[in-house]
Amino acid sequence: MAIQGAPGSSPVTSETGTPVIEARQVSKHFGHVIALKGVDLKLWPNEVLGVVGDNGAGKSTLMKVLSGVHPASDGEMLIEGERVRFSNPGDARRMGIEMVYQDLALAGNMRIDENIFLGREHTRGVGPFQLVDHKANQVKAMEHLDNLKIHVKSVSQRVEELSGGQRQAVAVARATAFKAKVVIMDEPTAALAVKEVGKVLDMIKDLRDQGISVILISHRLDDVFYVCDRVMALFHGRNFADAPLDQIERNDVVGWIMGNKSGQGVDPALDRN
Amino acid sequence: MSEIMSPQAAAQLDDVEEEPRRLVTAMAYIDRWGVLFLVGLMLFLSWISQPDYALEPRNLANIFRQNSFYALLALGQFIVIVTAGIDLSVGSVMALSAMSAAVLADGGAAWPIVFVAPFVVGLGVGTINGLGLTKLHMPHPFIMTLGMLFIARGATNLISGGVPISGLPDQVRFLGAESIQIMGIQVPVSLFVIIGAYFAVWLFLQHGRRGRHIFAIGGNPEAARVSGVRVDRTLVLAYALCGLMAGFAGLLLAGRTNSGFPAAGTGDELYAIAAVIIGGASFFGGRGTVLGVFAGVLVIGLLRNLLNLNAVPSFWQQVAIGVVIIVVVAFDVFRRRIAASA
Repeated sequence: MAIQGAPGSSPVTSETGTPVIEARQVSKHFGHVIALKGVDLKLWPNEVLGVVGDNGAGKSTLMKVLSGVHPASDGEMLIEGERVRFSNPGDARRMGIEMVYQDLALAGNMRIDENIFLGREHTRGVGPFQLVDHKANQVKAMEHLDNLKIHVKSVSQRVEELSGGQRQAVAVARATAFKAKVVIMDEPTAALAVKEVGKVLDMIKDLRDQGISVILISHRLDDVFYVCDRVMALFHGRNFADAPLDQIERNDVVGWIMGNKSGQGVDPALDRN
Repeated sequence: MSEIMSPQAAAQLDDVEEEPRRLVTAMAYIDRWGVLFLVGLMLFLSWISQPDYALEPRNLANIFRQNSFYALLALGQFIVIVTAGIDLSVGSVMALSAMSAAVLADGGAAWPIVFVAPFVVGLGVGTINGLGLTKLHMPHPFIMTLGMLFIARGATNLISGGVPISGLPDQVRFLGAESIQIMGIQVPVSLFVIIGAYFAVWLFLQHGRRGRHIFAIGGNPEAARVSGVRVDRTLVLAYALCGLMAGFAGLLLAGRTNSGFPAAGTGDELYAIAAVIIGGASFFGGRGTVLGVFAGVLVIGLLRNLLNLNAVPSFWQQVAIGVVIIVVVAFDVFRRRIAASA
């Protein structure tokens, strides 16, 4: 089967209108280490995009560039066709780009509602004298969790008291508490018990149904084939392949991760091992 | 005092056996009220040993007057300890602030200037601590504030010539030295100062956005950062407030002693840290309460008073405080292990 999407070519997908988020020729280096080199990415409305690649392929770095954690060294980013520049995660969040980190990035010492609204607390008061409206935060957190069909005993629970799956749910709730356009999820199922994996994947489908585009980084091809509409592969910090899910098979994706497009062994030009 | 294991949370551990569960509930109450229990124990021991004098308003007023500046040092220290930081410079900053007021008064400055000087000095030095920590990328606040401990002490000696300077305007001394007659009892003004400062910091930490961010940074700085919290700015604020409290403490100290002493506050940063830890705050950040810190200050103050009233040499006081720190934290660790294993 012919695989579309050698570096530079456009992916074959059900693209309509403007991408929600687009990265053009994004590079990122840390000192002398080149993590990303001229990477393109397009995410379409109502799409779940799987991003795969071996350890060190640049997946996480690319996501951190998209979510404002690391500024890109080179290249440009567009949100709904508008050029943007993020200098911190707060900038990205204001533009509707949210990320669920692999380690979840939750403050275990704080309540569920405080984690969901961290940095964006509801306040009340007069002029510059604003106090956090804990009650409003708790009510809104509960409503939001209900919308996501997430059940917790009480939003007053501290996050450190929760199970792995519940923490994951809180991280997703934080990412979607405001008008998110894109939710980036880095290995959301890696640390979960088997019975919790399905719930998280269904949550991703729910997000798409609610009009949120999702980028899913995962090592688990089961997850990718269960929820994604399209898969793109990175290899050694470059675009390697990109195709709609219904045009490929698992073995193709396994090959991409290894830097192999034909399924006949590793492309010597790209194999540095 | 920390609220990690509230009684409500303990009640939610509904699948544990009856026996350990009762233990967990008991532990949860000790967690919440343990320091206050320790305060009560100190009062009780004082009363047992000196029934005629220990609980007299005069003695209690004295305790507050003597410990008011420790209370402010500990309050500031608490803010930075919540961020998982530490400020070793507060004792020196208190001395520098007090000496600044004394030097200005000695030079004939108007009393409002003398009054404001300790706050300005404290806030300024605290801000430098915060900026140094974040902008110079110091590996740990211990290092930045250790440096500042020496710098502020040196500056105190430089502006005073290394000798005490006496004589402050009455208006400046008011907060640290005066008392108000309430229902026949002489209540030190500094008690109201402490209550006001503790309430303000409680309001800020519990209900202010920046205050909640300080707790979030202590819990997980990376979580705070990716949530859009300006971590560096918030840290600078925490150290600036700590410095401000040390400056305020300097004002009370200068008022009480009517002078600036070059060696004032030497080692007091350690008492401040001790009070915060005895009060139940976590040294690793993110946990603790303002009320706990207040109780921690009272425990140390009452312990000293108890030993003083019974003419125990001050060297033994140091030993006793050390023992209390270790016992309190050891018990806290034991309690957590019980809670975790139940």
